[in-house]
Amino acid sequence: MSDLTKLTIAGARDAMRKGETSSAEITSACLTAIEGADALGAFVHHTPDIATAQAAAADVRIKAGDAPDMCGIPLGIKDLFCTKGVPSQAASRILEGFKPEYESTITSQLFDAGAVMLGKLNMDEFAMGSSNETSVYGNAVNPWKRDGDSAELTPGGSSGGSASAVAADLCLAATGTDTGGSIRQPAAFVGITGLKPTYGRVSRWGIVAFASSLDQAGPMTKDVRDAAIMLGAMSGHDPLDSTSADLAVPDFEAALTGDIRGKTIGIPKEYRMDGMPAEIEKLWEDGTTMLKDAGANIAEITLPHTKYALPAYYVIAPAEASSNLARYDGVRFGHRAKLAQGDGITEMYEKTRAEGFGPEVQRRVMVGTYVLSAGFYDAYYNRARRVRALIKQDFDKVFADGVDAILTPATPSAAFGLGEMTDADPIQMYLNDVFTVTVNLAGLPGIAVPTGIDKQGLPLGLQLIGRPWEEGELLNVAYSLEQSAGFVAKPTKWW
Amino acid sequence: MSIDTETARRVAKLARIKVEDDALPALASEFSAILGFIEQLNEVDVEGVEPMTSVTPQRLKRRKDVVTDGDQQEAVLKNAPDAREGFFAVPKVVE
Repeated sequence: MSDLTKLTIAGARDAMRKGETSSAEITSACLTAIEGADALGAFVHHTPDIATAQAAAADVRIKAGDAPDMCGIPLGIKDLFCTKGVPSQAASRILEGFKPEYESTITSQLFDAGAVMLGKLNMDEFAMGSSNETSVYGNAVNPWKRDGDSAELTPGGSSGGSASAVAADLCLAATGTDTGGSIRQPAAFVGITGLKPTYGRVSRWGIVAFASSLDQAGPMTKDVRDAAIMLGAMSGHDPLDSTSADLAVPDFEAALTGDIRGKTIGIPKEYRMDGMPAEIEKLWEDGTTMLKDAGANIAEITLPHTKYALPAYYVIAPAEASSNLARYDGVRFGHRAKLAQGDGITEMYEKTRAEGFGPEVQRRVMVGTYVLSAGFYDAYYNRARRVRALIKQDFDKVFADGVDAILTPATPSAAFGLGEMTDADPIQMYLNDVFTVTVNLAGLPGIAVPTGIDKQGLPLGLQLIGRPWEEGELLNVAYSLEQSAGFVAKPTKWW
Repeated sequence: MSIDTETARRVAKLARIKVEDDALPALASEFSAILGFIEQLNEVDVEGVEPMTSVTPQRLKRRKDVVTDGDQQEAVLKNAPDAREGFFAVPKVVE
């Protein structure tokens, strides 16, 4: 078979089961593709020996029959996941040299199902960013370029390496994590599918924590079917994560009938932002028409507190980050600063954290410290948590009124150039998450699906938001949208 | 709300991040911009709304209060920048 790296998970699974190819062959093709793709900055730690051994073991299982769907599938793993004996440093200098003595629950589940790890993927430092420009490893680069323009573009963030690797066919799929849009925004920027599950659907154990009440891992894949397959392998109750839900994991792939007749799709009027580019507006209208033509009922809905989601997020996420990142103190793991004569433990903490954290992480830790400090806790943190409750109520009401899924743009623009936002103030960068962050605050599942190309030749995506725990139904609506949109474009190889 | 350099210095201290004096004014102005953005939240009527503690209404699971893990001194110390004689080593804490 040719072009093994271009296979989907479903395609590879079926071909391996029929004996048309093997995990060893696909894995080797991916490893070759990765070797030639340094210019994308996607893979930051390569694990070819692990991959080759896992692929050989997978081939034995597949031959024996009855292997799980993910058996033999070569994946990239975001650097935020702790992988035993393999560097896992959240793209931060402060975790330089850290090799976990344990495996995250999600990677354990994937490996138990026979999946293959090709290496670790670039990301924004501690998952804080929307352009992968805060990484200690340097930028990840979008495989897409504007027509007739050689400028390098961001693959989005924070799961920028995952997005770049999947779009460039360096791996069949990748893990991502999403705290405010970090799976969906990069997926939209590179023309792939990215799913953030319901909060609690997947275990957070062994994933470096950013904002614990918002963080959720999910699949980044070449199509919706693959997202369904991979989500199934990642999901399930984990006694090691007290917020993971003890619910049965349905067969998500079986939910993909493509039949959405009679479903109600909500179009929230608050997402029609001032100054929204005409192309995004048209993309959204086209998506609405596609779902309508597929037999869905379209309903204009209102989510009145949408405007306050970003400011609430920028209190809650930094507050939780300042608490979670307190553990990086130079004592138990990672970097410790060189100390001067007479320096005590406080100087060790302060110098270590100043050297180890990049500017965006420092900024958020300090903002979080401020909003949690005595005298400001009520005014900022408690107020933000109240607003968060109102944002969730907005969604509860809409779902109670019979809406099955909500359609919105995934991002306010196509991918922008690396370095283009350097001089902008931090808030301009935060606006990237304007359509995605509400979903994290409300704990809902959301999926980005590529549905169009802008006039500069770049992919654009739409977001679907589902009811809690209804990823199957959400995936089915996404599947219908994917079929109608017929998005098949691929970036032209330049790397 | 405008943040002055003294407040920026205090926050950096609380966060245990060393910030040089000449970097404080820029930091203070960034904080001011971010807090200005956050202050939109004051427009929202939150009277009678409980602060959210858990986004899913489930009760946290309980387990028996027994030892489930341990005896992993070597693994625990493996990544320490400075470990000696089975302990984490740090600079002098008490004068």
